[in-house]
Amino acid sequence: MSGIPHDHYEPKTGGEKWLHSRLPIVGLLYDTIMIPTPKNLNWMWIWGIILTFCLALQIVTGIILVMHYTPHVDMAFASIEHIMRNVNGGHFIRYLHMNGGSLFFFAVYMHIFRGLYYGSYKAPREITWIIGMLIYLMMMGTAFMGYVLPWGQMSFWGATVITGLFGAIPFIGESLQTWLLGGPAVDNATLNRFFSLHYLLPFVIAALVAVHIWAFHTTGNNNPTGVDVRRDSKAEAEKDTVPFWPYFVIKDVFALAVILAVFFAIVGFMPNYLGHPDNYIEANPLVTPAHIVPEWYFLPFYAILRAFTSDVWVVMFASWITGGIIDAKFFGVLAMFGAIVVMALAPWLDTSSVRSGRYRPMFKWWFWLLVVDFIVLMWLGAMPAEEPYATFSLIASAYWFFYFLIILPLLGVIEKPLPQPETIEEDFNAHYPKAETPAE
Amino acid sequence: MSHADDHEGTRRDFLFYATGGAGVVVTGAAVWPLVNQMNPSADVQALSSIRVDVAGVEPGSQLTVKWRGKPVFIRHRTDTEITAAREQDAQGVEGMPDPLARNSNLAPDAPATDANRVMPSPEGESEGAWLVQMGVCTHLGCVPLGDAGEFDGWFCPCHGSHYDLAGRIRKGPAPENLPVPPTEWVDNSTIKLG
Repeated sequence: MSGIPHDHYEPKTGGEKWLHSRLPIVGLLYDTIMIPTPKNLNWMWIWGIILTFCLALQIVTGIILVMHYTPHVDMAFASIEHIMRNVNGGHFIRYLHMNGGSLFFFAVYMHIFRGLYYGSYKAPREITWIIGMLIYLMMMGTAFMGYVLPWGQMSFWGATVITGLFGAIPFIGESLQTWLLGGPAVDNATLNRFFSLHYLLPFVIAALVAVHIWAFHTTGNNNPTGVDVRRDSKAEAEKDTVPFWPYFVIKDVFALAVILAVFFAIVGFMPNYLGHPDNYIEANPLVTPAHIVPEWYFLPFYAILRAFTSDVWVVMFASWITGGIIDAKFFGVLAMFGAIVVMALAPWLDTSSVRSGRYRPMFKWWFWLLVVDFIVLMWLGAMPAEEPYATFSLIASAYWFFYFLIILPLLGVIEKPLPQPETIEEDFNAHYPKAETPAE
Repeated sequence: MSHADDHEGTRRDFLFYATGGAGVVVTGAAVWPLVNQMNPSADVQALSSIRVDVAGVEPGSQLTVKWRGKPVFIRHRTDTEITAAREQDAQGVEGMPDPLARNSNLAPDAPATDANRVMPSPEGESEGAWLVQMGVCTHLGCVPLGDAGEFDGWFCPCHGSHYDLAGRIRKGPAPENLPVPPTEWVDNSTIKLG
C-alpha cells in the first residue's frame, strides 16, 4: 500500500495483541488519527471537520425531531408548531436543525471552492473529488426533502416545482414524476416517502464521507503549495508533515469554536433570518405564493435553471437539432444538472500540470471571477423572473460553463506558471523563518 | 475452467447461463414490487370525476376547484373578453409558442384557436363564454394568477409565464398551453370534470 510513511500501531499488552490479531480496529483508528498531514495547511483546511460536525449535528437533532413530528398532510404542520411551542426545548432543537442545514451548505461551498483554488481535484485525488460531488448531490436531495416536511407553503410549492423538473424529461418524464410523487400532485404519499428518504440519506452520506476520507488518506492531503509530500523515507516525510493528532485536531477544534460562536448567535438571535415567512403558512394546493424562492444554498443552481428560456439562441438551436425533444424546460433542467457535472469533471478538464492556484497567475483571475459569478447567481436566483435579471442570469450561467469547459482546458496550454517551492518544508520555513527545525 | 477452450458448449455452460438467467429474472421479479409500491395507490387512482355547480359563477369571474389534487380554473368570460380573445386568435395561432389546442375533448392535433379551447356554451349564452382549464402552469406546476400578465389572461409568478385570454402560452418558459380537462355539461349549470 502507498501512503506517506509513518509509525503504525503496535499492540503491546496481551489484551491488545489478542484483539489486534482478531480485529485490527485500534490500528485502523490509530492510523487514521495519526495520519501525517502537510504542516503548511492554512485556515481553508478546517472545513472538513466543520462538515463532519454538521453531519453529526443534523443526525442528532433530526433523530430528536422525529420523536415529535408526524408525517401526515393533516398533522405535519401542526406537529411542527407542537415542537415549537410544547416540546421542552423543541424550538431550539428545531432551529439548530434548520440553521444547521445552512451551516452545512456554507461549509461545503467553502470546502469546494478551496478544492477548486488549490487544485485538490487533480490527480491523484480524482476519486476523492468525485465522491465529494456525490456527497454534495446527496446533501441537496436530503435538504430538499427535509424542507418539504414542515408542510408549509414553500415546502409544498418548492416540492411541486422541483419534482416538475423530472416531468421535463422527454417521453418518460410524466410517468416518472407520478411515480416519484405517488399521485398526480404533491400529496400525502409524497410527504411520507420524502420523510423516509430524508431519514435514510444522511446515513448514506456518512458512509460516503468514510470513503471520501479513505480516499484522501490514501493519496495524502493536498496543501496550499500543491507540492507532494516527500515519501521516500519516514525521515523525509516528517520534514513535510506533522501528525493529525494533536496538531490539526486542536487547530480544527479552535476553528469550530469560532464558527459555532457565530452559528449560535444566529440560532439564538435570528433563527428565521435565512428562512421564508411563507413557510409558516400551511400548504395550500390552490394558492401559489407570489414569489417562490428556494433556500439560499440552492439559489445559484435555481438561477441557472431559470436562465434558459425559449427565446435564447442556444435553446432554439438545441430544440431545432433534436427536432423539438429538447425544449426550454428540459434545457433548463439539463443546464442545472450540467453545472454540477462540469464541476465534477474538473479533474479532466483542467490541463495544467500545476496544482495550486497560488502559482498560476492567469488562473487566479478566472477563479475569483467564478467566485463572484457564484455569488451573483445566488443573488439572481432570489430575484423575480423578469428583466434585467433574466439577461444577467444568462450571462452568469454562461460564465459558469465557460470557466469549466473553456478556461480550465485552455489555461493549461497558454499560462506560464510561477516557480513552485521544491518541498513543503521550504514553503513552511519561508513563512516561519525562526522555526529552523521542524516541530517535533 | 477446464472447459474454457471448448467452444462446443457443454452441460456446464448451459447450467451456467440457465442459472444466471434465472437469477436475473428472480432479481427483477423481487425488485419490481419495491419500485411499483411508489406508483399511485388504489385510493389515489380511483379517479373521481366530479360535478361542479357553476350557476353562481357570474360573467367576468372565475371558480377554482380541486380535481385530482390539482386546481381547475372555470372561467365565465364576458362578451368583451370573448371578443378580445378572438382578436388574439387573429394574430395567427401558428406563430404561438404552442400551436395546439391541448384540449382532451378534441383530437390531439387540433389547432389552438379560441374556439378549440372553450367549452360549447349551454343554450342562451354566447359562444366561448366558458373556458375550463387546468390551473397548473405547464412549466413547473405552479398555479398561475388570473387577470394578470401581458396578455390579460393568466400569469405564473414562479418563472414568469404569460398566458392569454384563452389560456394559451404566449411568453415565458412554459412550453405548452394550459391543458383543457375532459368536460361536459350535465345540465345548464353543472359541469362534469373527468
